[in-house]
Amino acid sequence: MNFFLTIIVDGLIQASWLFIVALGLTLVFGVLKILNIAHGSFYAIGAYVAATVVTLVAAHRLPPSVGFVAMLFAVALIAAAVGLLLERGLLKMFYGRDEVVLLLVTYAVFLILEDVTKLIWGVNPIYATQPYELFGNLEFAGLYYVGYDLVLIPISAAIGFAIWFGLNRTIMGKIVLAVIHNEEMSVSMGVRVNRVYAFAFAFGVLLAALAGALTAPKISMQPGLSSDVIILSFAIVVIGGLGSVEGAAVGAILVGLARAASVHLMPQAELFMIYLIMAGVLLFRPEGLFKRETARRI
Amino acid sequence: MNKGMHPLVMIGLVGAVTLFGRLLPTWTLSLATIAAANALISLGIVVLARTGNISFGQGLFYAAGGYGVALIANGWGLTDAVAQVIIGAVCGGVLGLVIGPLIARYSGIFFGMLTLALSMVFYGALVKSTALGGSDGFNVGRPTLFGIGFSDPREADFMLYAVSVITTGLAGIAATILFRSEFGLASLAVRENNLRVEYLGLSANRIISLNFVIAAIFAGASGAFALMAQRHIDPQFAYWTTSGEFVFVAVLAGNQSVAAVFVASMALELVRSFSNLYLPNTWQLVLGVFLLGVILFLPRGIGSLWVRDRRRKSTPATASEGTTKKEVVL
Amino acid sequence: MKPVLSVRGLDKRFGAVVAADALTLDIPVGQKVSLIGANGAGKTTFVNMVTGYLAPDKGSIALDGLDIGGRSPRNVAKLGISRSFQIPQLFIELTAAENLTVAISGAGTRALSFQSPAGAQERHDKAVELLRRFGLADLADRPISELAGGVRKLIDISMALVRRPKLLLLDEPTSGVSAEEKFATMDRVIHAVAPDASTVVFVEHDMEIVNRYADRVVAFYQGRILADGEPAHVLKDKEVRRYVTGGTQ
Repeated sequence: MNFFLTIIVDGLIQASWLFIVALGLTLVFGVLKILNIAHGSFYAIGAYVAATVVTLVAAHRLPPSVGFVAMLFAVALIAAAVGLLLERGLLKMFYGRDEVVLLLVTYAVFLILEDVTKLIWGVNPIYATQPYELFGNLEFAGLYYVGYDLVLIPISAAIGFAIWFGLNRTIMGKIVLAVIHNEEMSVSMGVRVNRVYAFAFAFGVLLAALAGALTAPKISMQPGLSSDVIILSFAIVVIGGLGSVEGAAVGAILVGLARAASVHLMPQAELFMIYLIMAGVLLFRPEGLFKRETARRI
Repeated sequence: MNKGMHPLVMIGLVGAVTLFGRLLPTWTLSLATIAAANALISLGIVVLARTGNISFGQGLFYAAGGYGVALIANGWGLTDAVAQVIIGAVCGGVLGLVIGPLIARYSGIFFGMLTLALSMVFYGALVKSTALGGSDGFNVGRPTLFGIGFSDPREADFMLYAVSVITTGLAGIAATILFRSEFGLASLAVRENNLRVEYLGLSANRIISLNFVIAAIFAGASGAFALMAQRHIDPQFAYWTTSGEFVFVAVLAGNQSVAAVFVASMALELVRSFSNLYLPNTWQLVLGVFLLGVILFLPRGIGSLWVRDRRRKSTPATASEGTTKKEVVL
Repeated sequence: MKPVLSVRGLDKRFGAVVAADALTLDIPVGQKVSLIGANGAGKTTFVNMVTGYLAPDKGSIALDGLDIGGRSPRNVAKLGISRSFQIPQLFIELTAAENLTVAISGAGTRALSFQSPAGAQERHDKAVELLRRFGLADLADRPISELAGGVRKLIDISMALVRRPKLLLLDEPTSGVSAEEKFATMDRVIHAVAPDASTVVFVEHDMEIVNRYADRVVAFYQGRILADGEPAHVLKDKEVRRYVTGGTQ
């Protein structure tokens, strides 16, 4: 019994940060219709920036809580800047072209950012463990967990709720939803789609980078991080349905549980499991679990 | 669709390039071998892309070919280079035959994602299988040719160069004939409007599947070359970034000219070796910038530089009018 | 006379919208039938169901006595029903001749060849011959993307002729053609179609065209057949005037 509980708690911990990454990916797809291969790179950048800030704070003998808050602020600033710059400076040039072309453009961005992170932070593993001890260790159902890990779950749920609320209960959110569902219509209603695009893309980058920052204390940052993360978040959004917030949540929990289960039951089989789920979903419900297929008008 | 060269002239050209290898210094020789092997798998991506579908998971067939050849080489001692290429092609082709019909009904990014997912399933399985060396992979011996072993590395390199250039060259000639054929035109039609293709009584799925199998055969054979050149295999063959590089070559080349695939592949290898030498950790950066430049300024690839393009849209305003047009990527 | 197409009790709903409501219709050999009705009356849905693009919720469709319900557009095409589209469905990066070449290849009895050049002489000649019938031979080597909407429409129709269909369905052949040109266009279509297809069903909005070219008119309203008969008769029908033609014609 305890064994399954362990898997479930571990799975939820995994799901919490995966959900934040996938949320960014699915929002960007929903609004801009871009499947962003570079999304994992933004996660990596968030993690690296967080590590730099945390190390800097520690070097000044400030407490880890300062490091934690500082890294979130720094990452938010940098992510917003990178997101706006990329959308306005680059992606804008390719709007209106085939979605596969945009896929290739983001692949190019992925390649570039891959080396940029190497040039800035080197190729050796970097750590930023100080904030990890921030919340101590907590006992839960007879097992000890790192408090930081457990705290991620409510943080992620809060972010999810905030986005759901923002989309469904605020004017800005309704405009974004209008663009998602019917862009032509919203243009004719006077929505400035360009702004929505820029905002949505920057916000997507922000979510990826935030997830990177939040996980930075748990992991070692090294090359290959971004390609692993994008692979996981692709699986999540495809399972849940591209562009669906609920789908991202369900997908993240499924993938989180699959990861945790394979770690405990069949070590090293996690990617295999996750992609098997993804391929299965694609084969039987190509639009994902949360979307309906639409017929083509002729 | 250019009338172009006669196949016999092309065969002569392949022969000339093969003999030219005698004059090349060793480092260029192995570079050209890898470029030819990569051109083969990228050519497959171009073949498939003519139906409007881009595979981000050719690493699956590349790895299948590589592992298939490696296992047979170590298990039965089959080291003949030509036999290995055939085995690789068969492994890729059989797998393509199984997968092609399953995924032919998907298009656009779903096709790309599904191929990527399948290659990652394979990657995951390879990492997990300790019998195949897990994530470290395993080694194989030097290939032979028609019962001759090559102890002189220079001769061994040339043999590999010759086999890969001839194989890729023949594949290129076959692709040229294919592109001009009835089937080749129907493939383009699928890219433009698969619905109309169905209404004409043709099966779009069948056309996509067949192109998929061809691409898988090329990828499997390419995997065999990669194995022979490195004499080592590991799950990285199936990882998505490996597939991504081949997509890069295909996009750079475009679908106007088969020769462009070879040029693009050679360019990639040159960039890779030069930046490894002089500017470590920048070659992906260069690649990315290159890719953006090509998409922006040469949307039909470098092949459009020398193939006269009579299909250039002179009136984009009417081009988009009321049709479900798919943009030509390659 | 034995009907080419025989449709019994077709139902189709999209949510709350009734697109077909117990449609029953026979089309005999050699007839030119016009389908009329306001937008959303179910004309295109009818064409889509007959050609296998949409599956009816209920009812049967038979071609020459053979049940073709549940077959794909590809199989329906092979059995002898061809169609053109309201929005031309062409291969727009290919030339006009190449578009027809694909159609000709598709109509062949053997599998597509991997080595025989697509533009082989006999195929090319046949493509140009078809284009010539529509007065488009000089545009054979122009990509569709360079051609105007009206021309695309004609090429779309010419592609439907390649299989010499038992039944040809034309979805609004003159939409998008200016008022001055519409008769000339329709004349061209009717003459070009004649050698390959004797039974033609065309969806049409223009009552003058209907009056001049149809042997029979079927008026649709909310998925039902409101009136069916000779043009002179149907176009004068009180309900038709009220719900379909709006009494303005």
